[in-house]
Amino acid sequence: MAATEDVPAFFKNMGSGSPKPRQKFCGMFCPVEGSGDSKTLDFDALSASGRSVTPGGRVIEKQGDISRPKVEIRHTTGKEALQNIHDKSDRLLIKGAKIVNDDQSFCADIYMEDGLIKQIGENLIVPGGVKTIDAHGRMLLPGGIDVHTRFQMPDRGMTAADDFYQGTRAALAGGTTMIIDHVVPEPGASLLSAFEQWRQWADSKSCCDYSLHVDITEWHKGIQEEMEALIKDHGVNSFLVYLAYKDIFQLTDSQVYEVFSTIRDLGAIAQVHAENGDIIAEEQQRILSLGITGPEGHVLSRPEEVEAEAVNRSVTIANQTNCPLYITKVMSRSAADVIAMARKKGTVVYGEPITASLGTDGSHYWSKNWAKAAAFVTSPPLSPDPMTPDYLNSLLSCGDLQVTGSAHCTFNTCQRAVGKDDFSLIPEGTNGTEERMSLIWDKCVVTGKMDENQFVAVTSTNAAKIFNLYPRKGRIAVGSDADLVLWDPDITKIISAKSHNSEVEYNIFEGMEVRGGPLVVISQGKIVLEEGTLHTTEGSGRFVARKPFPDYVYKRIKARSRLAELRGVPRGLYDGPVCEVSVTPKTLTPASSAKTSPAKQPSQPVRNLHQSGFSLSGRMSSPLGVLCSGAQVDDNIPRRNTQRIVAPPGGRANITSLG
Amino acid sequence: MSFQGKKNIPRLTSDRLIIKGGKIVNDDQSFYADVYIEDGVIKQIGENLIVPGGVKTVDAYGHIVIPGGIDVNTSLQAAHLGMNPADDFYHGTRAALAGGTTMIIDHVLPEPGSSLLAAYDQWRDIADRRSCCDYSLHMDITRWHEGLAEEVEALVKDKGVNSFLVFMAYKDKYQSSDSQIYEVFGVLRDMGAIAQVHAENGDIVEEEQKRILELGITGPEGHVLSHPEEVETEAVYRAITIAKQANCPLYITKVMSRQAADVIAKARKKGMVVYGEPITASLGMDGSHYWSKNWAKAAAFVMSPPLSQDPSTPDYLNSLLACGDLQVTGSAHSTFSTAQKAVGKDNFTLIPEGTNGIEERMSIIWDKAVATGKMDENEFVAVTSTNAAKLFNIYPRKGRIAVGSDADLVIWNTKETKTFSATTHNLTVELNIFEGMECRGYPVVVISQGRIVLEGGQLNVIEGSGRFVPRKAFPDFVYKRIKARSRMADARGVPRGNYDGPVHDVISVTKSVPSTPTTRGPQCPGKTVMAAGRNLHQSGFTLSGNQMDDHIPRRTAQRIVAPPGGRSNITSLS
Repeated sequence: MAATEDVPAFFKNMGSGSPKPRQKFCGMFCPVEGSGDSKTLDFDALSASGRSVTPGGRVIEKQGDISRPKVEIRHTTGKEALQNIHDKSDRLLIKGAKIVNDDQSFCADIYMEDGLIKQIGENLIVPGGVKTIDAHGRMLLPGGIDVHTRFQMPDRGMTAADDFYQGTRAALAGGTTMIIDHVVPEPGASLLSAFEQWRQWADSKSCCDYSLHVDITEWHKGIQEEMEALIKDHGVNSFLVYLAYKDIFQLTDSQVYEVFSTIRDLGAIAQVHAENGDIIAEEQQRILSLGITGPEGHVLSRPEEVEAEAVNRSVTIANQTNCPLYITKVMSRSAADVIAMARKKGTVVYGEPITASLGTDGSHYWSKNWAKAAAFVTSPPLSPDPMTPDYLNSLLSCGDLQVTGSAHCTFNTCQRAVGKDDFSLIPEGTNGTEERMSLIWDKCVVTGKMDENQFVAVTSTNAAKIFNLYPRKGRIAVGSDADLVLWDPDITKIISAKSHNSEVEYNIFEGMEVRGGPLVVISQGKIVLEEGTLHTTEGSGRFVARKPFPDYVYKRIKARSRLAELRGVPRGLYDGPVCEVSVTPKTLTPASSAKTSPAKQPSQPVRNLHQSGFSLSGRMSSPLGVLCSGAQVDDNIPRRNTQRIVAPPGGRANITSLG
Repeated sequence: MSFQGKKNIPRLTSDRLIIKGGKIVNDDQSFYADVYIEDGVIKQIGENLIVPGGVKTVDAYGHIVIPGGIDVNTSLQAAHLGMNPADDFYHGTRAALAGGTTMIIDHVLPEPGSSLLAAYDQWRDIADRRSCCDYSLHMDITRWHEGLAEEVEALVKDKGVNSFLVFMAYKDKYQSSDSQIYEVFGVLRDMGAIAQVHAENGDIVEEEQKRILELGITGPEGHVLSHPEEVETEAVYRAITIAKQANCPLYITKVMSRQAADVIAKARKKGMVVYGEPITASLGMDGSHYWSKNWAKAAAFVMSPPLSQDPSTPDYLNSLLACGDLQVTGSAHSTFSTAQKAVGKDNFTLIPEGTNGIEERMSIIWDKAVATGKMDENEFVAVTSTNAAKLFNIYPRKGRIAVGSDADLVIWNTKETKTFSATTHNLTVELNIFEGMECRGYPVVVISQGRIVLEGGQLNVIEGSGRFVPRKAFPDFVYKRIKARSRMADARGVPRGNYDGPVHDVISVTKSVPSTPTTRGPQCPGKTVMAAGRNLHQSGFTLSGNQMDDHIPRRTAQRIVAPPGGRSNITSLS
């Protein structure tokens, strides 16, 4: 530990000096009697100013378990407290915590100041007048990073019920200290202006740090320049393309290819909303024509295969373009399998299951209660297969899926009711930002699928690495942001719309009992959750800029780029006879495929380079050239018999005479 | 038989044949028997047959007698850039007969935008005049629009076509979008036809072609570099997904790579009605020759999807063929002379695509699969003939040696070998992609329509003798399962009371996302209906600006647990 080296020599012999003795009898979840005692320096005795740290203050009651020591938060009293309020440098000391990173867990004290972690170790030297939390051996985790939220998302003039204030508040309540929200520009609108709009909303309302993904809802040259500007000047390094939402957001494969190439050159991450929009549009029509208008139509029109197909396709395109790929909202077993298989083949691809897919299945779409069924509407839909959550949790545990988001995008019942007679009009999105951490703990750690380190990895560290926030976020280390969660693995809680911090009337996890939850949440070095009470400040969240070329992702991509150079075969020029070709009757209106992308035109001349207007073949090319084919074939016969081209042939009179 | 002994029947009509001493091999069993043929039809099978006098006897001792091969994929007339293939119906079917194939199914390739029926008539006309063996036709759908549904129906009902191919490649030329494919599949399922797919992602291919050309690679190796295996696999996967949704039987033409074959095998395990067709080239060769220093040789291998560079591919595909994961074999025979291929000498994208294989198909499969012990002779008959006949609804007329079946038979020498070479093949092209390959097993005698067309190494074909074989819709082999699934697949809604709670007002003017369905994305003809549907509930009314603040007190005050009815403060929202 780097911090211990900062400890002056005269303190070295104080306290235990080594974490080992404590580890010996400190079980995973059980704090050791008196373990906190020897860790706090007695500053009264040491500091010249003789400030007094008075124990006392508030005590957080835990539910149920009384036998265990309580987490204590001690405040300085009197003047000191006031001082802290004035200079706003929130100083905080957490004593006796078991610090859990993605690679190891260890017991130490941790001191933070100005929103940063300043020291980790035992027997820290900290200034007087510091607020102290006695963790009593509980786990201290890096704050969660929710990689996918859509707070305040506009949809047809409605706005998601949870805006940046309520959304981030709920996130903090669940132990998530950073969110990455999606900017959804209107097709036709500028990415930069949409980005600025989101920045403005978030800066004024967000209670925790945030960053932004930008969705590419259409594709043309201008967008490319804007992407470059966003990456270079605005700290965005991830862009999402839609393979669904036909005629609204959907891009064609060619466009996706171009977007991916651009993204790779700029060093960003390509995210994909993976569903085949073409099939969905057709299925929606079919289901509606069958007279099915309720929310069950949503899942019927978006079968699992359609998601897996789109994942497979985006993996293929990413392979071709050598672009790192990130699949948002992995909702089904088959989609997860495709990702796992692609990773086995070496593709740089990441999968993001969300709270909803990890916690619940799609059986509720058939609920008799319309409002309840509608609350589950999200895309891709929850799988009706009840085994799905378990399966996804297993893949998350074994590393085939890497990060978790919530895709939190909530709408009120009356907003959902816009689609009461047509499920395709129901605004999409479920809650999950508040429940994410607890739910994963309950489903994965409690069941033994993963350990606490892996829990940290999938809820925080991996996301930080992929999106280049590491080690500022996603790790408890000196110099990292003081976004921490003191986690109680034993607390049980029943999720309910009555008690959640979200705006909506329905919670899709209603009635689910989860074990494990945050006791204290620290964001930017300030305690925002204690005793179940939130102390959030609207607008306190900072925008966290992300640099391009995250090492975690791009090291491999760069190596492959170097290797992937293609070489042609050096050959002499072919100097044999060449058949004459007429072009004119053949060139087709590219109308059949409305799939033309704006960048497509330049390629046209390339393809036609060698076509000449010369010819004869007006005859031959008449599409089904009855007349000419007879003649041509007869010409060929003698030629074949008399002479054979083994090497590229040169000047042959009877072949050229063909024309 | 009353004819016996009568000598007045002219011998030379040669319409009566008896094959003696051969082992008859069908896809289900082998047995020793004689076969008597009259008027192009098998009349008797058995021992000690009573046959009329003056019957020509064909000696098949030591050989096996198999149903003539059916080549399910040829393009003998499909023009490329105005150039017709070097082997037309005459040369193509002649080579087919020389290789033991007595029926071909050719692809009709209409110009995008032109009439399917016109193209069909044109193909029929040419084939009737030129073909030497029986033939049937697949129809390629090069540009889908609603109007084509009628033509498809006419083709299925009146013209004897029960298979249609859509292209996922050849962007801006033949390629169909996913929506179009879905619609085509829906139409085909209703008509009882089989959906065939040329599976490659045309979007990616085109982008890759651009990139490769930019790198300065213009030779045939650019073709394989721009058509990577994954692109084929992806398209196969997508086609299967769409077929699953549309509950349509699917047939993948030209399975060229391991991965693509794996996707098909996996889909079959999941219960999909999907068939895969490896071709002579993919079963016999790999793609290493694309890197040949000899441009003409490298160009001769150009086809789509390209031959895989993985040398283990042919072996793998033969194994899947043997175990039933792949079912039928074609040749995708479409040859162009070197001069024609040379149109693309400075740009590989212009090289006309296609390889030979119509003549070599049966021998290569025998050599690679039967001689190596991967499959037995019955399985060989299945993959070269019977399965195709069942799939395309010409069974048992074709694909089986049985009384009443067409007398399309091959006497097959299982022991000796034959070497393929452009110097000896029956094609017009200068290069044979199987040059120098030695194969065990070849036809000694080929009988087409009851007439001996190959005997003693001599071909004796009659131009224009081939008949068109119409195929009926709803082949049992394929559609029994599809029909059962259609009955099961009814989606049912949930009966609910009407939602009578508050409904948020939607403004469509400024924010509305669906108001911009313009420019992008493949617009297919049937789509506009949908867009109108989406806007049904939008009104011009607003307020949503301060909606967020309105909601906060509401939530804390009261919570909607069941679909709420008349609640004054909610309705007062608007």
